[in-house]
Formats: sequence, C-alpha cells, structure tokens
Amino acid sequence: MEELREEVGHMPRIGEPAPAFEAVTTHGVLKLEDFKGSWLILFSHPADFTPVCTTEFMAFAEIFPELQKRGVELLGLSVDSVSSHIAWVRNVEEKTKVKIPFPIIADLNKEVSLAYGMIHPGQSKTETVRCVFVIDPNQIIRTILYYPLTTGRNMDEILRIVDALQTTDKNAVATPANWRPGDMVVVPPPKTQEAAEERVKQGYECVDWYLCRKKL
Amino acid sequence: MACISPDGKPTESGTKMLRALKPGPSSAEEIARNAGLPLFRVRSGLRELAQAGLAIEKGEKYELSSEGAELLGTVST
Repeated sequence: MEELREEVGHMPRIGEPAPAFEAVTTHGVLKLEDFKGSWLILFSHPADFTPVCTTEFMAFAEIFPELQKRGVELLGLSVDSVSSHIAWVRNVEEKTKVKIPFPIIADLNKEVSLAYGMIHPGQSKTETVRCVFVIDPNQIIRTILYYPLTTGRNMDEILRIVDALQTTDKNAVATPANWRPGDMVVVPPPKTQEAAEERVKQGYECVDWYLCRKKL
Repeated sequence: MACISPDGKPTESGTKMLRALKPGPSSAEEIARNAGLPLFRVRSGLRELAQAGLAIEKGEKYELSSEGAELLGTVST
C-alpha cells in the first residue's frame, strides 16, 4: 500500500492551494508563483509524438486565444525531456501549421506529476494520464479533470468550466447542468427558514425555495 | 535559459526585457506591459537576468545592472 502511495504521489483536492513547483519548460524555468494573478490551466499528456496527444495540443492551441481573452494561461506537462517537447512542437508546426504558443513542463523526474497525482499506475506507471487543473489567480485549485489515456479532452468543456468559475466568482452564483454563458444562473440556496420564506417572494424564477434561477 | 543564449547573448525576449528596464527601475507588471510579454515569462526572465548579474532586484522592482547596460549596448537594434 505504501509502495502504491509513493507511485501515485499526492492527490490534490479542489479548494486546496495548488502544489508549488519549479520546473524546466520549453519557455525556461518556471515556478507556479510566476502565474500568480492569472488563471492557469495546468494539463498533462501521456507522451510527445503520440496521436491523441497531438490532436489535443492542436485543440489547446486553437482555444488559446479564447483562454487569453479570459485571462487564462496554459501550461502543459509530460514525463519527457525538453528536447523531445521542442522537437514535437516543431514537428506539429511543420506538419500541421499549428504553432503551440504555451510552455510545456519537462517532468523527467516526475516531481510535478507526483505532486499533482498525475500518475495512475493502473493506466501507466511511466506516463501521466490526461489531467486538467484549473487554478485561480490566488493559486487555489478550482477544478480537476482526469481522462484516461485513450480519451482526448473536450475543449468546449474546458472553456465552459472557465466561464462558469469566473461567472460564479463575479456574481456569487452557481451554474446549473449544461450551463452556457448567457443562460440563467442558480441563486445559492437560503441557509435559514426565514431566508427560505423570503426567497420565493424575491422575483426569481423558482421551482421551490431551494432552486431559484435568475438572469444576469 | 530562456533569456540568455548559451553564447551569453540575450535572446529576443531577454533583449526586450533589458530594453524595458533601460528607462529606470520597473516592476514585472510594467515590464510585461512595455515589452509585450506574458507576465509569467517576465517574472521567470527577470529571475534569470538577475542570476546572470544583468539586472538587480530592488524590492518589488528591477533595474539594469552596469553589465546589463553594457550587454544591451552590444545588441543591434
């Protein structure tokens, strides 16, 4: 059991500070604190020069301008060398004309992978699974996604999560299932009986006191 | 090294940062704005320039060292 724990590393949780790191990347040595004040999406891929990862990198590059509009930086990671990363991104650009604009961590010693629980030995003992950590400007982990090696990620969902988190922070609301920007949001449920009685009279669109929606 | 090449010359982004420091002490945020670089790159780059003795950290700001100014003078505009 202890051996498995060492292989897996720390499993971070939503609401906790993101584990600090200093790592070699394709854009030089970067520390987590260098991203303070910006939203950050830290994501891992299993390996360079592999098919699903290549499609994902092209897709991340495609949504990069949308992420930048939202004040979000991207940072990739895999257990590969920086030379491998450089060769791969150059190859992707040469073959597909897609330029990868964000840095990629070369996590050869698995220091960052283990700190973020990116190694899942049931999938691979040497490669990271497809993780996404959405980290806010205060460097708190706000969302964690884990995908298996065989399933490429959905970029629309990643953008939707960023929109939802930023909407929540700005307006102190929650977002319902399948929410998209422009849809009605959920008013946080009242905490007292008095507030519950008042809630249904406040002009929101309510199913009942505990489920009220409003337009922003 | 992202800001300094193995031959000791500043890279394009390193040169941008050194130039942004030329008018006087600046914060990472000011340099990012003036050099048109992402803030995370500037924070990391300034660390590198300071380690190489080309910039000096003074509280929240950085300034060009005499070595940094000299090196900047050798870079063609």
